[in-house]
Amino acid sequence: MKKINTPLNDKDILNLRAGDEILLSGEIYTARDQAHKRMVDAIKKGSRLPFILKNAVIYYCGPAKTPKGKIIGSCGPTTSSRMDAFTPLLLSKGLKGMIGKGARSKEVRSVIKKNKAIYLLAPAGCGALISKYVKSAKTVAYKDLGPERITQLEVKNFPLIVGIDAKGRSIYA
Amino acid sequence: MKIIKAEKITKTVADLCLKANCVLRKDILRKLKSAYKQEKNSRAKKALGAIIENARIARKEKLAICQDTGLPIVFVKLGQDVRITGDFKKAVLKGIALGYQRGNFRESIIQDPLKRGKSSYKGAIIHIDIVRGNKLGLTVLPKGFGCENKSQMKMFNPTAGIEEVKKFIVNTVKSSGADACPPYVVGVGIGGSADYAGFLAKVALLKKIDTKRSGLERDLEKEIGKLGIGPMGLGGKVTCLAIKIESYPTHIAGLPVAINISCHALRSASATL
Repeated sequence: MKKINTPLNDKDILNLRAGDEILLSGEIYTARDQAHKRMVDAIKKGSRLPFILKNAVIYYCGPAKTPKGKIIGSCGPTTSSRMDAFTPLLLSKGLKGMIGKGARSKEVRSVIKKNKAIYLLAPAGCGALISKYVKSAKTVAYKDLGPERITQLEVKNFPLIVGIDAKGRSIYA
Repeated sequence: MKIIKAEKITKTVADLCLKANCVLRKDILRKLKSAYKQEKNSRAKKALGAIIENARIARKEKLAICQDTGLPIVFVKLGQDVRITGDFKKAVLKGIALGYQRGNFRESIIQDPLKRGKSSYKGAIIHIDIVRGNKLGLTVLPKGFGCENKSQMKMFNPTAGIEEVKKFIVNTVKSSGADACPPYVVGVGIGGSADYAGFLAKVALLKKIDTKRSGLERDLEKEIGKLGIGPMGLGGKVTCLAIKIESYPTHIAGLPVAINISCHALRSASATL
């Protein structure tokens, strides 16, 4: 299995094909419905984003609370297609990778291709297992959104499958 | 006449929330394990292996099986010879908040569906049925919304045949695709009224999945299997762990059909007081 680190670079991404299994390490950012809405509003208004989007990876996830003595609670992926409407703008601003579950719209697929980005699938419905790959977690922004706030996670060898590669090929097509 | 105190109900509901969210139902786990044995597609087998391992970790470390600990749906069977002291509904809601807090579960409930706002543990759907006897039955089904979002309901013409109904069910699973954490358990409610069919589809998810199947359930399982969605949508044999159908008398003018999809982490726990 290929080991990939964040922030992502073109060389790593271009060599990956839909269906490939990878182990991802480094920093990723949780963001789901409401955080996407806010980020897109911020871009439209010209306000600053809470983290550097260029070459970053967003994880569609709203983690459970962190039990005492643990780094994070259960933290599996949520349905990616709900973020489809917001994704093209984020990709055009430099977002390079997305982690989630399920298929994406045709439009998202073509924008992934256009921007040489990548969409990755996490083990769906396996939040307890995934928590084991998280080495640290820190709230970055939108704290008022509770579980939908943006959290920076440091992951080590997070097992993922390439759902849509940089050439726009999809595992589901 | 049996007297049950509200505090006892609160404690029981809290315990059920913890159990349902951290300990996968035995019938589901059995079916997942047999699916793992049968699966030949290596990616699908790996996905099933991860699901089984996830259940083991969740149970051992008291972590939520899924971070989406759902909207709690509570089914109450209240014996007519039971007297409850205190406020029953408040006791149930308090039990939910307490259980979710103890489990460090996610605050997934918002009070205003349009304005949204801050999420919390406040809220549940409570279905109450009055039955004979002096017992109080409580079941908590935490329903994740990735799969709840795939629910569908249709009012068929009364002349629609069984094939049309089957097609609707199979297509609902097909359109759920990889989005809602397959392999699915498909709950179906046929008959009643629009709202009651929806309720029956949810009730169907409470049935043990490895009990005897009806002919229709067997046919549908076969049809759904042919979709080839498979675990995590990666292909393979197992697209649905089971399909369960509940039916009820309906009106001569109609044929309501509701479908409630559950992800592979179908969670529920029950207790009788």
